[in-house]
Amino acid sequence: MNNIIKKFIPQILAILFVVLIFGFLTLNAQTNMDNRGIDFGFDFLSQESSFDVQFSLIEYSGSDSYARAFLVGLLNTLLVSFISIIICTILGVIIGVARLSSNYLIKNSAAWYVEFFRNIPLLLQIFFWYYAALRALPMPEKANAWFGVTYMTVKGYYIPAMVWQNLSVFLYCGLAAIISIIVLRNYANKLRDTQGKQIPVFLYSVALLIVLPLLSFLFGGVSLGFEIPELKKLSKISYIYEGGISLPPELIALVLALSLYTSTFVAECVRAGIEGVSKGQKEAAASVGLTPNQVLKLVIMPQALRIIIPPTTNQYLNLTKNSSLAAAIAYPDLVLVFAGTALMQTGKAIEIVSITMLTYLTISLTIAAIMNWYNKKIEIKEK
Amino acid sequence: MFKIIKQLASVVAMFAVLFAFSTEAMAAKKSKTLENTKKRGFVRCGVSQGLPGFSNADESGNWTGIDVDVCRAVAAATLGDATKVKFTPLSAKERFTALTSGEIDILSRNTTWTLSRDADIGLTFVGVNFYDGQGFMVRKGSGIASTSEFKNGTSVCTNLGTTTELNMRDFFDSRGISYEPVVFEKADEVVAAYDAGRCDTYTTDKSGLAAQRTKLSAPDDHVVLPETISKEPLGPVVRQGDSVWEDIVRWSLNTMIEAEEYGVNSSNADMMKTSNNPAIKRLVGAEGELGAAFGLDNEWNLRIIKQVGNYGESYKRNIADTGILPDRGPNELWTKGGILYVPPAR
Repeated sequence: MNNIIKKFIPQILAILFVVLIFGFLTLNAQTNMDNRGIDFGFDFLSQESSFDVQFSLIEYSGSDSYARAFLVGLLNTLLVSFISIIICTILGVIIGVARLSSNYLIKNSAAWYVEFFRNIPLLLQIFFWYYAALRALPMPEKANAWFGVTYMTVKGYYIPAMVWQNLSVFLYCGLAAIISIIVLRNYANKLRDTQGKQIPVFLYSVALLIVLPLLSFLFGGVSLGFEIPELKKLSKISYIYEGGISLPPELIALVLALSLYTSTFVAECVRAGIEGVSKGQKEAAASVGLTPNQVLKLVIMPQALRIIIPPTTNQYLNLTKNSSLAAAIAYPDLVLVFAGTALMQTGKAIEIVSITMLTYLTISLTIAAIMNWYNKKIEIKEK
Repeated sequence: MFKIIKQLASVVAMFAVLFAFSTEAMAAKKSKTLENTKKRGFVRCGVSQGLPGFSNADESGNWTGIDVDVCRAVAAATLGDATKVKFTPLSAKERFTALTSGEIDILSRNTTWTLSRDADIGLTFVGVNFYDGQGFMVRKGSGIASTSEFKNGTSVCTNLGTTTELNMRDFFDSRGISYEPVVFEKADEVVAAYDAGRCDTYTTDKSGLAAQRTKLSAPDDHVVLPETISKEPLGPVVRQGDSVWEDIVRWSLNTMIEAEEYGVNSSNADMMKTSNNPAIKRLVGAEGELGAAFGLDNEWNLRIIKQVGNYGESYKRNIADTGILPDRGPNELWTKGGILYVPPAR
């Protein structure tokens, strides 16, 4: 009995203490807000926002609600995080593997790259790309075409927009290709396990991915046109490109800075993962007659990934949270649009900051959940 | 068992401390600001991060500007020394939170008086020290001479968290022009982006445009368009809930304006004590008990005039002589064709 009391009383007291602290903080905030005539509530979310946003993935104008402005900011945050995560992963894997190369030049340039980009504060890198690097670009009227139809200018990167007819048919064909690849893989695995036959699954998969969508063009009535950006005069000396898609320089600078910075950490995770697999494994695999490719695919990578995934998850989370530095260079992310302009116009500091915090928490937890699921999938399954 | 009692005791002690804090927090109203200011020995004033003419710091950290002078006037009135001010540079985004959270006691940062700000977010505007309006700046070479020449796709640089963002939406929407807002947190970033050609035009209050133009690499290549698209009455702000402090700030500003009206300035203020005009005598503390209303002595207004000067002196020193806006326009006294008009100090 005495033991139980000893065990639980401190814990109950600790919980009480935490609850009381929060209670006190809430009460204090409430009293002070009452004194100053500030209301608390989330009604403002349905009010008209009456400000515009530079860049949005969904239809948005000043006559939409604050809730929609929140969504615009959230999608912009997700967009920049998503693009940066993909680029930093590709770069990270390449650099990580390059650091293990036996070629002196490759190995050392990779090491320099890592040391350079990870030791300069991220905010400085963002400022560098935005204010120094992108500012050196030409004005729209002086820009040379890249690949014939895209224009990199100080006002943004203009690319042709795709104009689809019967896009849904095309998408269904793509989906069909993916499903048939999965079926094919399962069949091939079965064939290998039961009869020991190998079929070139990879080649067939590529063929399926190309042929099925191609068929949709020939028979499904799908057609694809391009809207090419064209120079338009705004005044005697200022021009922009109209038509097509314009990627604002803020987005480009942010993606560059985030992905180059984070790729160095991913590279280190990859290097650690590969070096973490003991040499004996490789030698043993080679001695049973696997080709170097198979050694990498079947023996090294499955074991290395187990070491790589958890720390890489952290880097993805960091990148997503770091994307909030967007506010420094006018990229309209969640912090700039919602915790910036919307907060200023409504004055609902407590409400907006808590919504923003909860949103980042949700994004981070979702990424963590996906990565944990993947980690579970590839971990050692002991029988 | 003894251990548990000891733990209990420490927890109880912590609650006691918390409780003590909370009762103090609740008592914190009604002119606490003045008491705290006197105890602290300086006025805490929120200003801009650098807007020539309004609030700007030189290399050695001395702040000047007409917004700065409002805080100096309050310091002269309450503490007897106009230099006893601690300035906190704030971005447009931070300013209201800094004031409502108690980090500063006066916000004098070219802030527009609007209904929602006054009524909704725990602020009280005490007056207007500059009548302004929003305008546009463009490159001279563009040939644009009026806002009616803006075309679809114009990119516009401006500041985050300002009435500017709302006004430009109203402006472009009502004309059916699509535009690209590029919104920065700091004024210097806006200037840098506009200067580099990221934007076709830069919009903010006209006084701000005139001041920021001086920071461009080639100021003469840029021109402010004649149209004014909004009313921007700029003035000092205090927290809601301390009416005495609110009155002190309001009447410090009014004193400066009224002093100009009666021709009292920093050099003749002492002599005016023997004036025949009772209104002037009240203004320099030689008649009446005006200071008692705020719990101040009777020479509070004399100190403002002597140490900071009247509104005209402040305007000339900060805005006219620096070449920002030599013409006072609406910011002239009502007796001289402007709209500066303050209630009588009596």
